[in-house]
Amino acid sequence: MSDPMKKTIIIDGVEIPFEEGQTIMDAALAADIYIPHLCHKPGLSPHGSCKLCTVDVNGRAVSSCTMPAEAGQEIANNTASLNEARKTITQMLFIEGNHLCPSCEKTGDCTLQAIGYHLGMLDGHFPQFYPRREVDASHGSLVLDRDRCIMCELCVRASRECDGKDVFAISGRGTKRQLVVNSPTGRLVDSDIELDDMAAHICPVGAILIKDHGYEVPIGRRTFDLHSVSETDLDEVILKKTKHHDQEHETAEKEGGVYGV
Amino acid sequence: MKQLKKREVFTVSESSPKVRVATTSLAGCFGCHMSFLDMDERIVGLLEHVEFSRSPINDIKHCEPCDIGLIEGALCNADNVHVLKEFRDNCKIIIAVGACAINGGVPAMRNHFTLKECLEEAFLDEIGVDNPHIPNDVEIPLLLNKVHPIHEVVKVDYYLPGCPPPADAFVKILTDLLEGREPSLPKEMLHYD
Repeated sequence: MSDPMKKTIIIDGVEIPFEEGQTIMDAALAADIYIPHLCHKPGLSPHGSCKLCTVDVNGRAVSSCTMPAEAGQEIANNTASLNEARKTITQMLFIEGNHLCPSCEKTGDCTLQAIGYHLGMLDGHFPQFYPRREVDASHGSLVLDRDRCIMCELCVRASRECDGKDVFAISGRGTKRQLVVNSPTGRLVDSDIELDDMAAHICPVGAILIKDHGYEVPIGRRTFDLHSVSETDLDEVILKKTKHHDQEHETAEKEGGVYGV
Repeated sequence: MKQLKKREVFTVSESSPKVRVATTSLAGCFGCHMSFLDMDERIVGLLEHVEFSRSPINDIKHCEPCDIGLIEGALCNADNVHVLKEFRDNCKIIIAVGACAINGGVPAMRNHFTLKECLEEAFLDEIGVDNPHIPNDVEIPLLLNKVHPIHEVVKVDYYLPGCPPPADAFVKILTDLLEGREPSLPKEMLHYD
């Protein structure tokens, strides 16, 4: 464009254009810059729950999926400290559910798992929650395993905004929150959901699965065997345990640091 | 396998110049040990630099002072906890090997049920159970209420994910440790399944 006041933002030193109304995530996706994310999907309203897309804008941490792009923003994205914080978030998601990849039909096709690989996650670090939530296998062609749900609400938004239905919702508070089905019985079979709905296929993890279609793709040919979740991936994973924010706090407490006496 | 170079940090004493490795399977399936053995003929080269203390592949009953302890499996009963603590007390480096040791793995699926439900299903209610009773001999270690990853009980130094980790990952982590490097894995060796 010939406009000298061309609107651009700078991500990790790279100047990219944006259009009025775009978020930082929109602009980054359009420019093929990968910002890790789980709860965002172009076409659906942004959600801001997974926090993986946190970037530093002019020194302040914000969710890039909800933050409007503005000319002159200097954004840090692919930095060691942001990726370390993202790894901690991913570990929280893993220990809050029962993510037993060896027995999950979504393994190799799961975005949460691929982000774990992308960030070099080795373990859950925190004590496991081992939640005990109900599996709903009532539907003829779908199954809902709530222990794997990361509450990204992609299914909630897909059902409302694209399918014109209102099949899913999140209910409860705090760690008791879980995915519920809007039907008189609370069961999937009594809802309006159909196999062709976007909500039936959008789950990034193994929480909503199509029945009778597990383990169809050979290992080595699954989605994330062939593609990494980003093109700017790490080559090597250091096995040394990295320091966590909670440990820093413990140390600070012992030293009478930020938390005082 | 490239030439392994021993570093002083791994030498226990003059009389025992080889790096000592102990291995065990707690609530494991022995699949991680099989994957370890999948290094095939490379184990011959490894044995020039490594000797084994307590391991399922030999007859040693208790973990001696060691450099490296490889732990497969989660914690599911009291004996697992004792064995794990013996390893932690004797090994300079503890490596959690495989999905079970890291997050409980597939055996942790029993955490979805109470221990009572599991025992009753297996020993009382299951079809074809003869003389139904829950075993109660003092020789039998009591099950824990839940299956736990090992890092919830002892400090873990390194994690080797996979169910099981690939043989090449065992070679890589041991080579790095023997050569005194911080161990790392090429991205393609990292998987949780």
